[in-house]
Order: sequence, then structure tokens, then C-alpha cells
Amino acid sequence: MSKTTEMSTKYMPEIGDDQIHLLEKLCNATAVSGDEHEVRKIVLEEVKPIADDIRVDALGNVLARKLGKGEDRVRVMIAAHMDEIGFMIVKNHEGGLFEFVCVGGIDERQLPGKSVLVGRDHLPGVIGAKPIHMTTKKERGEKIPLSSMRIDLGPEAGDKVKEGDRATFATRFEVLGYSIRAKALDNRFGVATLIELLKHAPENIDLLAAFTVQEEVGLRGARVAAYAFDPDMAIAVDSTPAYDLPHWDDEDENVRYNTKLDGGPALYVMDSATIADRRLVKWLVETGEESSIPYQFRQPGGGGTDAGVIHKTRSGIPSISVSVPSRYAHTAAGIARRADWENTLRLLHAALGRVTPELLAGERRD
Amino acid sequence: MIDLSAYLKKMLSTSGLSGYEDPIRKIIREAWEPLTDELSLSRIGSLHGLKKGRGEEPRRRVLISAHMDAIGMMVTDIQDGLMRITGIGGIDHRILPGQPVIVHGREDLPGVVIQPPSFLLPKNAGTGPVAMKHLLVDVGLRQDDAAKKVRVGDLVSYAQEPIELTGDAMSGHTLDNRVSVAATTLCLEALQDRAHGWDVWAVASVQEEETLGGALTSPFDIRPDIAIVIDVCFAKGPEANDWRNLPFGKGVGLGYGPNIHPGLYDLFEKKAKALEIPYDRDLMPKMSGTDAMAVQIVAEGIPCAVLGIPLRYMHTPVETVSIKDIQRAGRLMAEVIADLGPDTLEQIRWEE
Repeated sequence: MSKTTEMSTKYMPEIGDDQIHLLEKLCNATAVSGDEHEVRKIVLEEVKPIADDIRVDALGNVLARKLGKGEDRVRVMIAAHMDEIGFMIVKNHEGGLFEFVCVGGIDERQLPGKSVLVGRDHLPGVIGAKPIHMTTKKERGEKIPLSSMRIDLGPEAGDKVKEGDRATFATRFEVLGYSIRAKALDNRFGVATLIELLKHAPENIDLLAAFTVQEEVGLRGARVAAYAFDPDMAIAVDSTPAYDLPHWDDEDENVRYNTKLDGGPALYVMDSATIADRRLVKWLVETGEESSIPYQFRQPGGGGTDAGVIHKTRSGIPSISVSVPSRYAHTAAGIARRADWENTLRLLHAALGRVTPELLAGERRD
Repeated sequence: MIDLSAYLKKMLSTSGLSGYEDPIRKIIREAWEPLTDELSLSRIGSLHGLKKGRGEEPRRRVLISAHMDAIGMMVTDIQDGLMRITGIGGIDHRILPGQPVIVHGREDLPGVVIQPPSFLLPKNAGTGPVAMKHLLVDVGLRQDDAAKKVRVGDLVSYAQEPIELTGDAMSGHTLDNRVSVAATTLCLEALQDRAHGWDVWAVASVQEEETLGGALTSPFDIRPDIAIVIDVCFAKGPEANDWRNLPFGKGVGLGYGPNIHPGLYDLFEKKAKALEIPYDRDLMPKMSGTDAMAVQIVAEGIPCAVLGIPLRYMHTPVETVSIKDIQRAGRLMAEVIADLGPDTLEQIRWEE
């Protein structure tokens, strides 16, 4: 068999209908930090048939292992957080009106006029706003305070909702040509990617998959997952903002785009919580170059991922983050490109296939 | 009998921004066709449905004005595949970020209104609400594709799906004023087996949200003896609890103020009391903010009544209404109209 034939029969991940359907299911599920039940259920259903072992730990992380074959297998942990930003109902104000607070980083300017789903039964509700006719010019120049907003579930909602119930934006997943519009792309992209990687895990490694909880409120799941797996190296797969929008006057150049749509997977060199292991940066870059898979560097700076706690677990774990770029994270609707997700999956799959003990043999340096 | 909830949802899913009412007019025409004797269009697009009375000719005429247009947005610029917008009708820019919309380009393009990060805004923009001129609409297209499919002047409408809340409440965009079109349809339906004496002219008027153009012109064509203007009014709710707000789901509003003829107000109030249809007096000390502002001053002047359906969160895409109040408004109109007789006009007069 010629080498060419061998290459052409090699598995190349694709984003087809099945993958889109999986992402849709994951995005439409509700999993506010601390109550990841719905996404966990989907993950368990998907992963149980393919993993060598799987368990749910004390915090609610799903820890699944897919073991490779042969000797000297590197134990690679991949973390993808299951939780999303959302709301908690904190007070019943009677008449179907409920006071709520935000869980995770939400700009309250994103809230008025949105529809939401409340509780395990996804009871539909709305966050209204005072009619513009009754506002003053001064009021319209100030943001509507969160404390004045209510979730309205209709006059007879009283016994259907409890204080403590979680809520999310009601946005339903939609494919817009070569783009995707959905809530919670941060981080259902990561969850779906990790499920796909488990389904097609290369045999040269032990793949230690951590579907983590509570990333949005303090990276708590990843910490204990990394401790439990005690891996040789780790990758956090997440979704990072693309601020590739025009400047208001169309004149100044936007030099703080973070990432750009259509640029491929975003590799982290540094964020506010992690300085990526340079050996792993090189490994991903070389994989991209040699496999002709587009990639981009996320502009170094703020933000953070599960890698922020993983790399400092036990005696230290070489770590890096890779994200699918998407616009408008932590709002009712994000927009991303299908191709960026596909290239993220391809880069990770190709890179895992190249992992050998030599990758981490040397000192941490270029 | 129409299925009110289904009919309303169909109307809410159909666009028809001020000045561009064609799509919604088609739906209303279908509903009114079997309920009226004649349908016609005004020269600026209002739909007129005539249901003839049984009285002797020349018959008196009552006009029902329910505006069918919706607030929305229009594309002003396309940059890097993203659209800049301006408002049609009164839109509070603070409710726009994150809002699902449809850009009506060469094809309908679903998208979302987005609030750019502060470093892309003018230095003095601060951390408060972002002005509408700085918001963008993203339909998921790259610049080259966006430029092919979208042009400056294209319409942008809300895409929030109608939602059924508990307790017979419905939420969605453009309930202002499709609920009144629905109530008018219910009224026409109720009049099918009633021997009303007067001619009934149901008008789905255009451009209420911008120019009152429909309300100024249809009454000129029709020259009614009296007019009933039906629109939404302010319901009590979060941040809306003063004298301007009526209880939610507890009955219709009867407008009271200079746009309304007191004699016609009395007629409605008596009928509501007699039939035990719950209502509240809706105080409009200066003006009603409805078609009545225009209808009242057409030609030599027309006595108006203003009927209101209490609505929460007006002009947001999650306007919320009680279905019961739509039914009440339709029934009250039908009962008042069925009783209009040869000497009713004599009762609608000024004290002397």
C-alpha cells in the first residue's frame, strides 16, 4: 500500500449533520453553573458506549477514559466545561413576577426585552422593560438596573417556580448558512468537540476526558478533575470571543480583536490565568503547518479557561488552551463559523495523533 | 370561530413595519374576507372592510380603527458584513443588544442585534447604554455575501417567537397592535348573527407608529358618524405602577380625555356595566397616543371612543397581554355596535 493511499484512508474529522445535531442538543440544553444536569445527561448518553470507563465525581464532573494501545502512552487530559452563564430566581414577587440574579459574567445591558426558560421544566418567561413612552430622556441615557428587572412568567406561575431555580436565555440553535447562531456556544463547542475526540481517539495516547462544572464561577470542576486524572499534559477546549467588528467611525483599525472568525482554532499563548507550555504551543503550530489546518493565535491578555487551575494541580501539569472563536459570548445569541469548529476538531485530532513521550521529554522551553 | 391564539401567532410571525404593511395586510384580508361584504384599500394602503347594516339607507356608519403597522428598524450602512441601523417608530435602544431579528434583504436573513465592545466605541460612550447608531446587526455573513444580499434601506424586524405564559398570557413582539386587529376580527365575527342597523367599517390602518397617516386618511374616505379606535394601553407591571397603568388581565381600558367624545365614552361604559365586562377608565389628560389623535380631526371632526387592551413592556419584543382582554374588547365593541340605532347619535352629544 502506498503512503498516499494510507493517508487518504486516515480518519479526518468533519462537521456533518450528526455533529451539528449534537451541538444543537447541547446548546439548547440548560446547564447554569452549579446545575449542569441537562448537559451531563447528554454527555453520559453520548460517551457511555465509547469510553473504557466513566464516572461522575463529587462535584458533578463527568470523567471518562479512552485508553490507547501499546506502551509509553502519554496520558492526555482534555477539559471542556459543561456549564454556562445564566440566572437564578431569588424572590417571588407575586403575580408571576420573579426577581433574579446573574450567575457568571453577564452584562446587564444584554437583559431587557429577552425571553428566558426557567427551571427544569423550561417554563417560558420574559424580561420586560418599562415602555419607552413612560421613560425620560435621562433614563434612556442610563442602563436599566438589574435590581429593577423581573422575569415575568404569567399570572399563574406561582407554584410552578421556586426560588433557587435556574434560568437561561431561551434562544434556540439555528444554522445560518456557513454560520451558527445559538446561546451557550461557550462552551458547548468544547463539549461537542471532546465528545467527537472520544469517539475517534487516536490509539497512541490515553485520552482522559473531563467534562467539567462551574468554570464560569471559578474553575472549580477542572481543579478536582485534574487532581483525579493526574495526567501528563492537559488541553482546555473552550470558546473565546472574536471581537472582529468595525470601529464606530470605520477609520481607526481594530487592534484588539482577540480572535477573528474564519481564522481557525485559537491557540492560547497566554491569558490572565495561564502561560501556555511552550512545548505544547509548538506542537499545535507544527501540527497546523504540517496538516495544512488553519489556526490563529488568540491575542495574549485577559480571560481564562480551565487550564488556569489545571496547570497548577499536584506538582504541575503542562497545559494549553484551544478555543473555537465565537462572537458575543455571554449574551442571548452568539455567532460562529462552522468551519472554525471543524478546523478546531481537525487540529486537535491530528495533534493528538502526534503525541509521543518525547513531546514532554525536555525541559519546558522552546 | 377563529382560533384566537393561532390567529394571533400567525399575525405576530408576519412582518409589516410602518409604511411596509403588505405582508400583514394579506393575513388580515384573509380573515376579514368571509366576515365582511366588501374589502377595499385606501390610497396609502389601509385595509377597509365593510359589513353592511340592516337599517334603511342612508345608513349611519361606525368606523373601527386598529393600526396594523409595527415598529422595527432599517439598515443605514453595511460594514465588514455587519449592518448599522436606525429605528422605525419608538424603540428604546436599551432593549436591542442580543435581540433576534430578521433583515429583510434580497432574502430574509435571521440575525441578532449586537452591542460592540467599548473599545470600538467613541471615547465618551461610557459604560451606559450604547446608542442605536453604534449597534450592529450580524446575520452571520462575510462582507462580500452581505453586500450581495443586503442594501441600505432594507427593513429589519423583530424575530422573537410568540410565547405562551401561564394564566392565559401571551408574549411577543408587535402585540401592539395586532391584538387590536384580532379584537376587531372577533367583533366582526360576533356581528355575523346580529341584526346591527349601522354600517360597520373595519379599518386596519397604516403608519400609526410614525405618521398617523392611515388614521388621517381612511376616515376621510369613509366619513363615519362615530369612530372606535382600538389600541393597546399600559398595563401594570415592573417599573410601571402609576395612574397611567391598568391592572393586567383584569379588563379593558376605556380612554378618557380630550381625544374622546364623552358621550361615546358613556355609551361604552354603560354597555360594559350592563354586561359585566370588566373595564377601567384609562386617563389620557392630553392625548391618547393612538389613531384617535388623527381620526378626531378628520374633515369636520369625528366623535371617537378609545378602547385599550392592557399590555406590559410596550414596544419591546416581549410585549405581554392577557388573551381574555382581547376577547373582552372584541365582545364589548360588538355589543355597542349591535345596539347603535337610528337615534343613537342624539345620545352622543355635548351637555348644554
